[in-house]
Amino acid sequence: MIRFILIQNRAGKTRLAKWYMQFDDDEKQKLIEEVHAVVTVRDAKHTNFVEVWDQLVSYALSVLFPQFRNFKIIYRRYAGLYFCICVDVTDNNLAYLEGIHNFVEVLNEYFHNVCELDLVFNFYKVYTVVDEMFLAGEIRETSQTKVLKQLLMLQSLE
Amino acid sequence: MPAPIRLRELIRTIRTARTQAEEREMIQKECAAIRSSFREEDNTYRCRNVAKLLYMHMLGYPAHFGQLECLKLIASQKFTDKRIGYLGAMLLLDERQDVHLLMTNCIKNDLNHSTQYVQGLALCTLGCMGSSEMCRDLAGEVEKLLKTSNSYLRKKAALCAVHVIRKVPELMEMFLPATKNLLSEKNHGVLHTSVVLLTEMCERSPDMLAHFRKLVPQLVRILKNLIMSGYSPEHDVSGISDPFLQVRILRLLRILGKSDDDSSEAMNDILAQVATNTETSKNVGNAILYETVLTIMDIKSESGLRVLAINILGRFLLNNDKNIRYVALTSLLKTVQTDHNAVQRHRSTIVDCLKDLDVSIKRRAMELSFALVNGNNIRGMMKELLYFLDSCDPEFKADCASGVFLAAEKYAPSKRWHIDTIMRVLTTAGSYVRDDSVPNLIQLITNSVEMHAYTVQRLYKALLDDISQQPLVQVASWCIGEYGDLLVSGQCEEEEPIQVTEDEVLDVLEGLLVSNLSTPVTRGYALTAIMKLSTRFSSVNRIKKVVSIYGSSIDVELQQRAVEYNALFKKYDHMRPALLERMPIMEKTATNGPTEIVQTNGETEPSAVEPKHPPPVTQPANQANDLLDLLGGNDVVPVIQTTMPTKPASAGGELLDLLGDLSLSGIPPMTAYNKNGLKIDFTFERANPNPNIAVITIHASNSTEAEMTDFVFQAAVPKTFQLQLLSPSSNVVPALNQGTVTQVIRVLNPQKVSLSMLTYTHKGSPVQDLAEVNNFPPQSWQ
Repeated sequence: MIRFILIQNRAGKTRLAKWYMQFDDDEKQKLIEEVHAVVTVRDAKHTNFVEVWDQLVSYALSVLFPQFRNFKIIYRRYAGLYFCICVDVTDNNLAYLEGIHNFVEVLNEYFHNVCELDLVFNFYKVYTVVDEMFLAGEIRETSQTKVLKQLLMLQSLE
Repeated sequence: MPAPIRLRELIRTIRTARTQAEEREMIQKECAAIRSSFREEDNTYRCRNVAKLLYMHMLGYPAHFGQLECLKLIASQKFTDKRIGYLGAMLLLDERQDVHLLMTNCIKNDLNHSTQYVQGLALCTLGCMGSSEMCRDLAGEVEKLLKTSNSYLRKKAALCAVHVIRKVPELMEMFLPATKNLLSEKNHGVLHTSVVLLTEMCERSPDMLAHFRKLVPQLVRILKNLIMSGYSPEHDVSGISDPFLQVRILRLLRILGKSDDDSSEAMNDILAQVATNTETSKNVGNAILYETVLTIMDIKSESGLRVLAINILGRFLLNNDKNIRYVALTSLLKTVQTDHNAVQRHRSTIVDCLKDLDVSIKRRAMELSFALVNGNNIRGMMKELLYFLDSCDPEFKADCASGVFLAAEKYAPSKRWHIDTIMRVLTTAGSYVRDDSVPNLIQLITNSVEMHAYTVQRLYKALLDDISQQPLVQVASWCIGEYGDLLVSGQCEEEEPIQVTEDEVLDVLEGLLVSNLSTPVTRGYALTAIMKLSTRFSSVNRIKKVVSIYGSSIDVELQQRAVEYNALFKKYDHMRPALLERMPIMEKTATNGPTEIVQTNGETEPSAVEPKHPPPVTQPANQANDLLDLLGGNDVVPVIQTTMPTKPASAGGELLDLLGDLSLSGIPPMTAYNKNGLKIDFTFERANPNPNIAVITIHASNSTEAEMTDFVFQAAVPKTFQLQLLSPSSNVVPALNQGTVTQVIRVLNPQKVSLSMLTYTHKGSPVQDLAEVNNFPPQSWQ
């Protein structure tokens, strides 16, 4: 199950935060900061997965949030943006990596060569895309064509 | 009041702010404008205002005054309003606000709306942040939508049902009838979400699991179609048709086949097919293969399939992509217990991974390497591991060092090799070894009598090089104290003996005492070593001088030692040689740290949740698993014999006798086992400090003509008990009832349920037996 989805830029600004689990506002803020700290120091020679015990830095996460011992973060960097998904430890890493890529491709199609500014100015549309593809912490629709069709229909209703 | 600015304008304006303060100012101004606009109950611009508010919320500013406005938007009829309203609800509201309950009615109406998109929005919101109360109220609506023919809604309804089940597990029954037709859908999206729903239901309830087992053939068929049917452009990712669906089906198959033979058999073919046919050049294919491997490992698959799975993992290890290597190492770690031999084949690749750049891969490779060490490959593996120890990061050194010690202790081919390895570890990672390793090493050294000269010589040389690593220095000074005479006399068979004079040795030890690098503990060791040398060396005067200097040391421990040694010189000089003679060979008092497991109620003692040094988890698992295998993995908890020192136990016993033995409560003895000439009797007592502990003494006697050697008694009890087995009086039960072997068992019986124990292993010719002992006298568990 997905616990949360986060899109952040290198400076730490959140472009999208979708939570599938209950957290307080200050907890959410702390989580965002911690994820940013963990993910931005990793470069190409690291794997795309962060499990709590492997990094001393991410140990802070497990102290602040004891439930974090059962989670791991799968992230992928596209230009200046980090797309992070936090899932349970038992989930398939590689499949979620594909899920992230799928999502980014849809964004690309929808916004015609998406860039960070698109995500900033059309944030509510980005949320719609997320809701079309993920729901209740699971992947909902994987076909890019179908998702795009739905999005265009929704757009026409505006 | 002028029209509020548009969202775009606002975003643009905020982005032009150059400092944090400027941004905050703009936001506050806008917030004020929005607040006044809300107060005016303006319908036309509410949507715009809430959108702006949400943007500001995303930047991190508080926006909770907009919650009620979101609700008003949801209630509006316009689609745009509803959309922003629901988005606002998902972002700003959560279970803990009471306001969210007001949404329930709106959502209910929207779930029955004529437009599917509105229904979709409502489902989405419910699925993301519905609380248990809301879920209870709206579950019926969701269930209705699950049966609709509109595939767009069915997908959303399925996942919404998943959320409902997670929040309120009791409602699972309600969704059961709707799931009947789910798998016969053609639409991939619906199929995908249905599989997720089924997975969730099976994970939560074993009844559902049994119920859905009959779906296995259908799932297998769907999977087969996916692989065979070739090109389906919609769900295709890099040439593989709908990998996400494949992965989810595999996961569901895993859960369904877990302990069930029939289902596992039905799946064997398709798993083999997926494993062999999937293309591995891209990450997608590897994702599917990974899921397949996990499934094969978990169900009751035939051994050929398991070997196939491990080979796939081995192939993963050779892949260039580090993600895949990482994933392979993690899975291999899980399977190394059960399929040890198959994993051994990939040992060299695993050892290569020790040199990888990524920290997590290195850690996994290290744990896996320790799990794979055995008597045959110890020399090669140790070489690699020591090399790794030299070059790895400090955070690994402690674990690696302890792993090396454990492995060396279990599989050392020769004593000299063992000591060499230890020396190597001490010199390279000396400051990171655990504190208990020093006494263990000393005990090991005393045991290898013929290696004393060699050991002390090597340690001396190491000391000359470097005195900063405390454990090394401590062991070295202890050895020099004990075997200094061997060092000076220059006898060493194994190596070229070095010429050392007594004065040089004393120089080194005195150097330790004064050096800033030595901790107080080390100084204590050095002082004692110097003292011991007074009986072995001839330059006693020098030693007397050194010892008397430290009689006035600031460190209390040193001072005490020095004063006592001084007294030894002055008043008790006749006793000195006797006191300071060679130490006898020490008995091992207890097993090492991580392997000392006293199983309590089915859980092992957590071997430290330490932040910096997560212990090698596989080591205790290894020890425990041997016994688990022997006892057939029953539901009962096996106990690992701890060889406790017998002296305290008997001292306690005598004390009990002295105190008039309040513990004897007159429980009659019983015969637990009487077969093939071996008779085992139990006598009972209550432990004195804690009357809940029953102390059972077993007496084993042998009425056959041959004696029984290697007699081992082990006991296992149900999970409600705690049990402690002390060491037996001997391993040989003499023949013809000439004597008995006794062993003491202490049982804590908090639940006061009847005890049952299993016995095992007695050999004349090797005999194993398992017996259940149920006929305990009732007084034993009152």
